[in-house]
Amino acid sequence: MVENVKELLKLHEGITHEVYLDNENSSIVPQEVVDEMIPYFNKKAYGNPTLTTKPGWEAFEVIMNCFQEIGKTIGSKNLEDITFTPGETEANNQAIMGACFAQKSKGKKIIISEIEPINVLQVAEMMQKFGFSVTKIPVNKEGFVNLEKLKEAVDSDTILVSISAVNNEIGTVQPIKEAVDIVKDKNPQALFHSDASDAYGRIPLNVADLKLDLATISSYKIQGPRGMGAMYLREGVNMERILEGQIGTQKLWPGVENTPLIVGFTKASELAFQNFDRNVAKMRLLRDKLVDGIFGELNDLRFNGPKGDKRSPDNANISILRCEGEALTIELSLKGVYVSSGSACSRRLLQPSHVLIAIGRIFEEAHGSILMKVTRSLTEEDIAYVLEVLPTAVNRIRGIVGSTGVH
Amino acid sequence: MSRIPLPYNPKVMDLFRNPKNLGKMDDATVVAVAGNPACGDMITFYLKIDETKLIIEKAQFESYGCAANIATSSIVTEMVKGLTLEKAWEDITWKKVTEEIGGLPSVKFHCGVLAVGALKRAIRQYFTQKGIAPPIWMPADHTFEEKQALEEEELAKTLSKRLKVEEEKKAEK
Repeated sequence: MVENVKELLKLHEGITHEVYLDNENSSIVPQEVVDEMIPYFNKKAYGNPTLTTKPGWEAFEVIMNCFQEIGKTIGSKNLEDITFTPGETEANNQAIMGACFAQKSKGKKIIISEIEPINVLQVAEMMQKFGFSVTKIPVNKEGFVNLEKLKEAVDSDTILVSISAVNNEIGTVQPIKEAVDIVKDKNPQALFHSDASDAYGRIPLNVADLKLDLATISSYKIQGPRGMGAMYLREGVNMERILEGQIGTQKLWPGVENTPLIVGFTKASELAFQNFDRNVAKMRLLRDKLVDGIFGELNDLRFNGPKGDKRSPDNANISILRCEGEALTIELSLKGVYVSSGSACSRRLLQPSHVLIAIGRIFEEAHGSILMKVTRSLTEEDIAYVLEVLPTAVNRIRGIVGSTGVH
Repeated sequence: MSRIPLPYNPKVMDLFRNPKNLGKMDDATVVAVAGNPACGDMITFYLKIDETKLIIEKAQFESYGCAANIATSSIVTEMVKGLTLEKAWEDITWKKVTEEIGGLPSVKFHCGVLAVGALKRAIRQYFTQKGIAPPIWMPADHTFEEKQALEEEELAKTLSKRLKVEEEKKAEK
């Protein structure tokens, strides 16, 4: 099947304009970030930071600085509170599994929202094999967690609550502070973890103010390199390692530190935070132009998630009725516009986006959904190009559906 | 939501971009639908049949589905053109369709199955519609593809029902 890819790519020849809106699933690393990383592969600090050699000490110095810089962006002061992991998935695995194993004598109940990303959802469900239970808190039609239900669910057996600060698919900004207060009020011993990967660089985030015990952030979600993320762990919270091996600068994550990626992540966070307000305003402007433009050109659409301040500034999620999502992603790709879809489109995995289903969308609406995330690096010309090609693409796919009885 | 790489081959892409025999057929002898929009997979098949010779004069389709669904539906309409109903029934299997289209990623095999399911359903329907006793080459039992189409539709119903129950529960809350 690999040989097909050459042909597939050939079909894209002649594209005049490319717009990457699939920032949920990867991202374009700005040249400035790449330039910052390159020397760390072979020019400096290429040693192992725990060894007594010059390249090792150089690496140690750089990595310690990165712990500090990343910590600062989320309001953490203690270097040791940050653990670099190979990404959001690994940080969420460490946070949930590690916290449960460390607290197992205190209780067995894990509470999550029903719209958590799958690297929280499936890890929590996997913990059932080890005797833990999972309670899922419902959300309303805009994806806000039901705080009353959360309050009811927290009991003396609860050891961990995990709710994302911003939902990765529909951009809902959760009332995390209220949620933490509710949990701690009913059970001060219960830990609160938040996957903040989609909040980081988009809304103000301070782990100390929010009184979070654990948090996850991701590098590529702020245009840093893939393969890097971090877990914040409040000082004094018991935690078990989930991987074993040679321990270096990080107690919770064995293996040799990946200095170039850590440097890239740190540079990306510097760029995201040095002009935070301006970056957010730019994302919001581009996102609104995109959404307004699509709604101006097409009918039979559903806007998924909340509008206004309670939505992440980068996120647009729209269900296009009578238009199957996978077909549309391909049609758009051939025009140089890259998006993802919540469609299932596979018989054995007949499950469209669990987030869209949780907010009450019917299957047809989920199959026709597209997720687009803007970055500060895009331009108004990019959005104009998307608006130029998207209606034509949708109309062609809708034309294939014809009278096939889809409402 | 699991993701899998889907490196579609040039033929699939060609039929996705320029589907042959696409659109509603106003003078169709028989129309059959397979699949369900809830599955993200639904095909309508139109057959124009020469009723004296029992030959498929032409076939057209409409489809709500992924690129593989569109391409396999389109290729089936090409494959059956000019065949007798008997030959179409016996020769067109999902394996043959997959072969004809140059292969599909395994998770997309069901697209070919559904397309053939729609075809067989249309042929079976022709005899029911006309009130003619089914010919000997047509088994009373459903073929593999017809069964799969039914199974997919049932699954969609079950899932939708489950969803509805959850919705009602939520409303009660």
